[in-house]
Amino acid sequence: MDMLLGVVVMLVKMAVVLGVALGLAAYMILLERKLLGRFQVRYGPNRVGYFGLLQPLADGLKMLLKEDIIPDGVDRRIFLVAPAVVAGTALAAFAVVPFGDGLTLFGHRVPQVVVDSNVGLLLVLALSSLAVYGLALGAWTSDNKYSLLGGIRGAAQMISYELALGLSLVPVVMHARSLSLSDIVAAQAGLPFALLEPVAFVIFIIGSLAETKRVPFDLPEAENELQAGFHTEYSGMRFALFFVGEYVNMVLLGAVTAIFFLGGWHGPFLPPIVWLALKVLAVPVFLIWTRASLPRLRYDQLMALGWKVLIPLALLNILVTGALLAAGV
Amino acid sequence: MADKKQGVVGAFLDGAAGLAGSYAATMTHLFRKPVTEQYPEYKRPLPARTRGRIVLTRSPDGKERCVACYLCSGACPVNCISMQSEVGPDGRRQAAWFRINFARCIYCGLCEEACPTLALQLTPEFAFCKDDIADFVYEKEQLLVEHGGKHPDYDFYAHAGVAAGGPKGSHIGEDDPVDVKSILP
Repeated sequence: MDMLLGVVVMLVKMAVVLGVALGLAAYMILLERKLLGRFQVRYGPNRVGYFGLLQPLADGLKMLLKEDIIPDGVDRRIFLVAPAVVAGTALAAFAVVPFGDGLTLFGHRVPQVVVDSNVGLLLVLALSSLAVYGLALGAWTSDNKYSLLGGIRGAAQMISYELALGLSLVPVVMHARSLSLSDIVAAQAGLPFALLEPVAFVIFIIGSLAETKRVPFDLPEAENELQAGFHTEYSGMRFALFFVGEYVNMVLLGAVTAIFFLGGWHGPFLPPIVWLALKVLAVPVFLIWTRASLPRLRYDQLMALGWKVLIPLALLNILVTGALLAAGV
Repeated sequence: MADKKQGVVGAFLDGAAGLAGSYAATMTHLFRKPVTEQYPEYKRPLPARTRGRIVLTRSPDGKERCVACYLCSGACPVNCISMQSEVGPDGRRQAAWFRINFARCIYCGLCEEACPTLALQLTPEFAFCKDDIADFVYEKEQLLVEHGGKHPDYDFYAHAGVAAGGPKGSHIGEDDPVDVKSILP
């Protein structure tokens, strides 16, 4: 009986997390279009529903009804699977993201996380590096030079910045003394790690900008040089899957940043879930703001920044943090 | 790039200031009123000489100005104007039928420039979509309007052409008819 209840609770939690993640991602697209519009002194979409609130539904319907073109010369199986890899890994990473301290329902303790893994941080990093397969394979099998260039750029960029991203999280683990996301949040009950480790925080934000392939690191899909980069040949729902993957990734990034650096659901006055929502949304808004503000980096600048600046800086930061912790400050 | 003598800290501060500047610029734009005009709700008043849908105007006395001279048809670079001339009951030339294919028209306005009687004029109206491309072929009845367009007071036949309702020499500014035999050498 208890086991059955456990399965039901697990299914409900998965449904809630999936629904929230996908819904947020859909409205993230609207938010981005609205905000970008206002940044460029124009209105965003405002025709479908009040303030364009039904725009994501209209877009989704349009994408569903569009023809799913599979060009000649593509490697069919991989071509069909690649978008799902991008969206799937982004969604899967939500499994380890905690949303609160846990509830007590009918005398049962229900943790507000699908899987409270004790290596949650590693899982997040592993899944975010898996996403590069969807991108690179989709680009390679498209049999298109622009796709291929985009895919190569994407693979190189994501592998390079994965290192800086991982290294920037080491000080967090050193402070929290745990790889579990719940424990990391618990360790920030006093001071969020963004204040404690500002350098790691900045490196993490830059690295995750590159991980989500967003301006100023959107070289894999650089519109004005590569058409659409790795998803040039995709259309219809498969293109939408790439898109969903990108925006779920944005939300995931917001959640992960909130948990690793911004103190999760800890905050004064407001209920914990509101604090978490605010922090999770703050990051995508910053990403959109960045998209409106900064030009795209050149490929060599991107690589130089990653290998010559971010990684040494992250290593140095680890040493300093270790020294401070050892000295007992 | 930064000056060569500039140190790491200076370069870092320079870069940070540059980034902050661009973020600040977009932030100020965020609070500016959008310049977009919401089209179907707000239609910008267009200048009178905007080149849109073509009409055939009438003189102040309500008669058709068009004398079916074919000049517009000849001037049209895409051959979208066709007509057939005839002589009307009052002895004036007029168009038996007059047809403009707006699906082909490029709204260049050359027909309007060619028109000697100011009959054919382009109007600022530009939004007249149709579901069927055949509906874009406008006949004379659809083209004729009940006013004089941009030149409401102009009357071609008051200056030239067949003088209707008066003898020869009754046009404005026209000399009296001369008996050619009286000016023989």
